[in-house]
Amino acid sequence: MSTQAYYVPAQSRWPILASVSLFLIAFGAGTLINALSANAGGGLGLSLLLIGALCMGLILTGWFGHVIDESRRGLYSDQMDRSFRWGMSWFIFSEVMFFAAFFGTLFYVRNLSVPWLGGEGEKGVANMLWQGFEATWPLMKTPDMAAYPGPAGLIDPLHLPLVNTLLLLSSSVTVTFAHYRLKQDRRPQVIAWLVLTIALGTAFLVFQALEYVEAYHELGLTLHAGIYGATFFILTGFHGMHVTLGTLMLVIILLRVIRGHFEPDHHFGFEAVSWYWHFVDVVWVGLFLFVYLL
Amino acid sequence: MGSLEQTVHSTGHHGPASGITRWLYTTNHKDIGTLYLIFSLTMFFIGGCMALTIRAELFQPGLQLVRPEFFNQMTTSHGLIMVFGAVMPAFVGLANWLIPMMIGAPDMALPRMNNWSFWILPFAFFMMLSTLLMEGGGPNFGWTFYAPLSTTYAPPSVTFFIFAVHMMGISSIMGAINVIATILNMRTPGMKLMDMPLFVWTWLITAFLLIAVMPVLAGVVTMMLMDIHFGTSFFDAAGGGDPVLFQHVFWFFGHPEVYIMILPAFGVVSEIIPTFARKRLFGYTSMVYATASIAILSFIVWAHHMFAVGMPLAGELFFMYTTMLIAVPTGVKVFNWVATMFRGSMTFETPMLFALAFVVLFTIGGFSGLMLAIAPADFQYHDTYFVVAHFHYVLVPGSVFAIMAAAYFWLPKWTGHMYNESMGKLHFWLSFIGVNVTFFPMHFLGLAGMPRRIPDYALQFADFNMVATFGAFLFGFSQLLFVYNVISCIRSGKQATDKVWEGSHGLEWTLPSPPPYHSFTEPPVFKHPYKENG
Repeated sequence: MSTQAYYVPAQSRWPILASVSLFLIAFGAGTLINALSANAGGGLGLSLLLIGALCMGLILTGWFGHVIDESRRGLYSDQMDRSFRWGMSWFIFSEVMFFAAFFGTLFYVRNLSVPWLGGEGEKGVANMLWQGFEATWPLMKTPDMAAYPGPAGLIDPLHLPLVNTLLLLSSSVTVTFAHYRLKQDRRPQVIAWLVLTIALGTAFLVFQALEYVEAYHELGLTLHAGIYGATFFILTGFHGMHVTLGTLMLVIILLRVIRGHFEPDHHFGFEAVSWYWHFVDVVWVGLFLFVYLL
Repeated sequence: MGSLEQTVHSTGHHGPASGITRWLYTTNHKDIGTLYLIFSLTMFFIGGCMALTIRAELFQPGLQLVRPEFFNQMTTSHGLIMVFGAVMPAFVGLANWLIPMMIGAPDMALPRMNNWSFWILPFAFFMMLSTLLMEGGGPNFGWTFYAPLSTTYAPPSVTFFIFAVHMMGISSIMGAINVIATILNMRTPGMKLMDMPLFVWTWLITAFLLIAVMPVLAGVVTMMLMDIHFGTSFFDAAGGGDPVLFQHVFWFFGHPEVYIMILPAFGVVSEIIPTFARKRLFGYTSMVYATASIAILSFIVWAHHMFAVGMPLAGELFFMYTTMLIAVPTGVKVFNWVATMFRGSMTFETPMLFALAFVVLFTIGGFSGLMLAIAPADFQYHDTYFVVAHFHYVLVPGSVFAIMAAAYFWLPKWTGHMYNESMGKLHFWLSFIGVNVTFFPMHFLGLAGMPRRIPDYALQFADFNMVATFGAFLFGFSQLLFVYNVISCIRSGKQATDKVWEGSHGLEWTLPSPPPYHSFTEPPVFKHPYKENG
């Protein structure tokens, strides 16, 4: 067949298997979480969750492996390439909106609901609930300190977070260098820049983990610490998960580069990962500004 | 690992596989469209049975049939199933069947992901429905699952509800990405964006809305999960959070969501009315811009659902005026449909009847929406049956009638057989009467102050409730006619021509009826359906 015809794949078992795995993950996670909250044993839920996650890992490996194989057999036309580009772009847009929900939450809490609870502004009547409560940000003293003991201290933005900002920003630069070298087909340098990118991403994750340990053990900054802790952990936590996923994707394209995949003018898999990496980087800049610094 | 995939190749001449694997492993847009439509119809009946349970309980004042706890689970599940299980999948099914045929593409852009989008849904709804049998019962906090009803006071099954919503979100986002990639990348050479049929345009915009707001829904249910199980205080003022925050984030998703359920309906009606008026659509360009305007406005009106919760005055006014602004592009659309029919050679086959009822009854729903948009008046209407009447008018004779119209309109193309026209007309008239008898009295009930989501009511509401229950059963049972008509149309019936309707236009009508398994292996020659010399 000519490479210019649009490739419509024949029947595939991957999607239905992936649906079953997704169901196992969701049902297992639900069972596990409910059991933990009820202080019952979570054995069944945990098993389902792990089986589901394992299957999903295998399926995604197989499915992506299959797509890579098709691509290397030359089945994909330029039009197919554009479908992938649109697909990845809109996927990243959906991720942007996912973070937008949490940033929106942060802005609402900081600018509206906490000041109202403290008696400021048009809905300051909310102060009647906890008289004497004072609105501050970061919120160190929650309205009900017995239910949600506020944090004792905060992360200093100019130490680990600043280092992390530099790490991630430079990793965006290094992945771009890797991309340029790929276009020039200078593979050893592609590999070197990719390894450096992965190292920077991993270092970021290690520092982030250290920061969480410090937050929990020394600062009393926990999920229970009222709205500051809640917004802090949901934003940095989901960002950390995305960095983890991005690092994993970088490792995969590194392995592919080592195996001789990608051509100087045809390497959308590589570009997709680098787009994703830039995206997690941009989210971090927002986090550094609005969660840590301001 | 490649052996997992069938070796049948893609150059185009193979038919469907046989047996159940055809449906499980399919990558064909028509098969997947059929799966979506059958799934949607099944959910429509399950959600419909819940609606009839609600109406049966409300037939008379007092508690007769169900306990109040169960009544709450019924209203919640009915809403969730109709929104996420019936209306949305029906439009995705139509998109799957029609978009590739309308733009001259061989299939959807990403066919395997298309299959995945569908097959997530049965599992998600299995999990959602299974909560009804769990200890403590299913979700009972209304389809809008406001905190703290859905957090502090929720049954344990809420965890599974949250994960089911996550699964639906994954499915919708992947489906929408597929639709956008298909429309932007797979049009036949020569078809520009402003040449596309309106159904394709409305779906392009709907897909954008889906990708923009489904992640926000995922975000809000995640925050619920964290509050319930991990000790956060997003929606608890004791920790500095705010239950009203839940409503803001939810409705930031929720308002675009209601347009997700109506924009493709606009597209369907904009295909059907020109066909049976035998005129081209009046104001094609303005239709496109009106749809886009509605979509953009839908992001800045969300808090009109929250006038009564206590917002600063500036907020009330802002959301009141932006909401009223939506009446302008919507009015443009209604005007264009009417102007399309003006001096047309009209005939009234079943799809046209449903489309006409759509225009009239959706407009009634739009007007009651305008009444609700007036913030000071909404203080009175809020949480009454007036709201129930309003959104059922836009969703049942709006979205559902458009889906019915689409089904009758394209069934001959899909199956190759004509459906039974007299039975179709009977189905229409019974539905039309049933819908109005059900929902029109609810306006009066609401204005008189009957609250929604309550299993019992004061005596003065008894007559209208009885009438509404009669209407609901009439509407519900007349849908069996539709099922019978569809099944007999698939099995037998007069052979349909390729063009099917005298006034039909667009690429899908150039294919045989039924179309071959792979529609366009070669990109077809494109002629503009709306321009005289296209």
